[in-house]
Amino acid sequence: MNDEPISQAEKAAAIGTAERARSAGEAPTLFDVQEMELNFGPQHPSTHGVLRLVLKVDGEKILEAKPDIGYLHRGTEKLFETETYPMGIPHTDRMDYVAAATNNHAFCLTIEKLLGVEVPRRAQLIRVILDELQRLSSHLVWLGTSGLDLGAVTPFWYAFREREQILDFFEEYCGARLTLNCMRIGGLPFDLTPGWIERLLEFVDDVPARIDDYEQLLTDNRIWKNRTVGIGVISAEECVEYGLTGPILRGSGVEWDLRRAQPYECYEELDFAIPTRVNGDTYDRYIVRVQEMRQTVRIIRQCLDRLEEGEIRGKVARVIKPPAQEVYASIESPKGELGFYCVSNGTNRPYRMHCRPPSFINLQALPRLAKGHLVSDLVALIGTIDIVLGEVDR
Amino acid sequence: MAEEQTPPPPPAASAGPAAAKPAAPAKPEAADASSHPWVESIRAVFPDAVLSAKEFARQVTVVVARERIADVARHLKHAEDFRYCVDVTAVDWRERQPRFDVVYHFYSFSKNDRIRVKCPVADGEEVPSIATVFLAANWSERETWDMFGIRFAGHPDLRRILTWEGFHGHPLRKDFPVEGIDTGAAIYPEEWPEGGGPAQDDPNRKVVS
Repeated sequence: MNDEPISQAEKAAAIGTAERARSAGEAPTLFDVQEMELNFGPQHPSTHGVLRLVLKVDGEKILEAKPDIGYLHRGTEKLFETETYPMGIPHTDRMDYVAAATNNHAFCLTIEKLLGVEVPRRAQLIRVILDELQRLSSHLVWLGTSGLDLGAVTPFWYAFREREQILDFFEEYCGARLTLNCMRIGGLPFDLTPGWIERLLEFVDDVPARIDDYEQLLTDNRIWKNRTVGIGVISAEECVEYGLTGPILRGSGVEWDLRRAQPYECYEELDFAIPTRVNGDTYDRYIVRVQEMRQTVRIIRQCLDRLEEGEIRGKVARVIKPPAQEVYASIESPKGELGFYCVSNGTNRPYRMHCRPPSFINLQALPRLAKGHLVSDLVALIGTIDIVLGEVDR
Repeated sequence: MAEEQTPPPPPAASAGPAAAKPAAPAKPEAADASSHPWVESIRAVFPDAVLSAKEFARQVTVVVARERIADVARHLKHAEDFRYCVDVTAVDWRERQPRFDVVYHFYSFSKNDRIRVKCPVADGEEVPSIATVFLAANWSERETWDMFGIRFAGHPDLRRILTWEGFHGHPLRKDFPVEGIDTGAAIYPEEWPEGGGPAQDDPNRKVVS
């Protein structure tokens, strides 16, 4: 055999593809690129719903990842057009079903903007409390499932223990745990039951210690860091290019949160920080979400302090007929900017009601994030983008 | 986006009790926005592009000619710093000519505000795609194609996204029935000849081909 060192050019020429080797009548070597198409099917525990990815892999390395969505498409926007405005609110629950109150909120906010309705203060404070409880609940689901996907089984149980308590609060308030229908145009459907506030205060006092527990399990964990640091790095400019919002944007260094930039309800007077990190990898997004959970607790406490007696619903006509105009309103949902674009034609049904879901827009970046990573990193990336297929597909 | 409206003064003839309900805040009114600085900025570079402009509830809507939409979007991105494309969607005005309105929303971090750009499109006409200018518009344009049947010229990968390939029709058009159509998805047509959609004897069954 030849003992001379092999040049780079020779090496590059030697590493071909398996097809070329086979067509030349030779057996492919270990180093040849062997492209395989793999279906990360809609039924998969790690896709957080019915998401299908068509992967082109070379061994474990991903060459291309194409999402194929639409498995949960239910024609929500078409249904909005056939029903009156208040009838649309339960449909919005089913979109981001993990944080349903935020969907209700965005929908109601859009129609209130069309009508020019003012929401009374007590309703604003309670709406913020419900929103923030949903943010906490959504981040707990994210923490649990995303950890579970990467092999951290323990946080899953404890995160869902907290979530059960939050769902109990919602069940007491509006009767439902998941698809809440807990907001109306102009305010809220019900007032708080006696004792709800005290129990919520007790719960909220416990939460920071629980978040400490999760952090103790994961934040400095060598295995967790190994699986998340440097995975799915995206820069701030690219985030803006791709229209990514929410913890992804804040993990890449852009300190932008709609609750601070374009405050709605009573967010102007509340004091909370916007956690931001700079590296833009999965670990940073994890830290951002965990810090957001802590800030949520602050917000809920401040709202509970400010609660006074008052109306829970603004002055809204019995039959809602907005002027024949169009409006776009958005809120900061746990996943990003959730907006509704409503075109009214003066009747009691929307002419066009379009939802701008953060998960749909954020999922666009998955092919860009996944390129060059391994299949096991893909699972981490789906978790870090934090999608809910109900929202992606509507 | 808090409205700063003073409520109209209560009528002098009312003799309500001291705890009377407060008067409703004034509703937002639509106003023409042709002299808005952003609209002027577009018109300065593309004089024939802007068809009209309106402001309602502190949101500016600019109606732009269909052929110039990509140029206007690029101008808004580079000159006016509307770097974030929030959304692309469409509205089907059934009897109006042109039939559709393709609606774009852009947001500027420096201005902390949004602008809405619309372009009227007739059935069958193509709209220049902005997916190369704003990467965020890629899937939104695919969704608009899927739901309305509006083609985007120059889109890198225009195919259906929410419905499946081989689906007939565009669901969000006003002439697509809410009850659904026979999508030809029959698996065992000998056993269950009704296939997809409502059953054969359902009075609401409509077939769109």
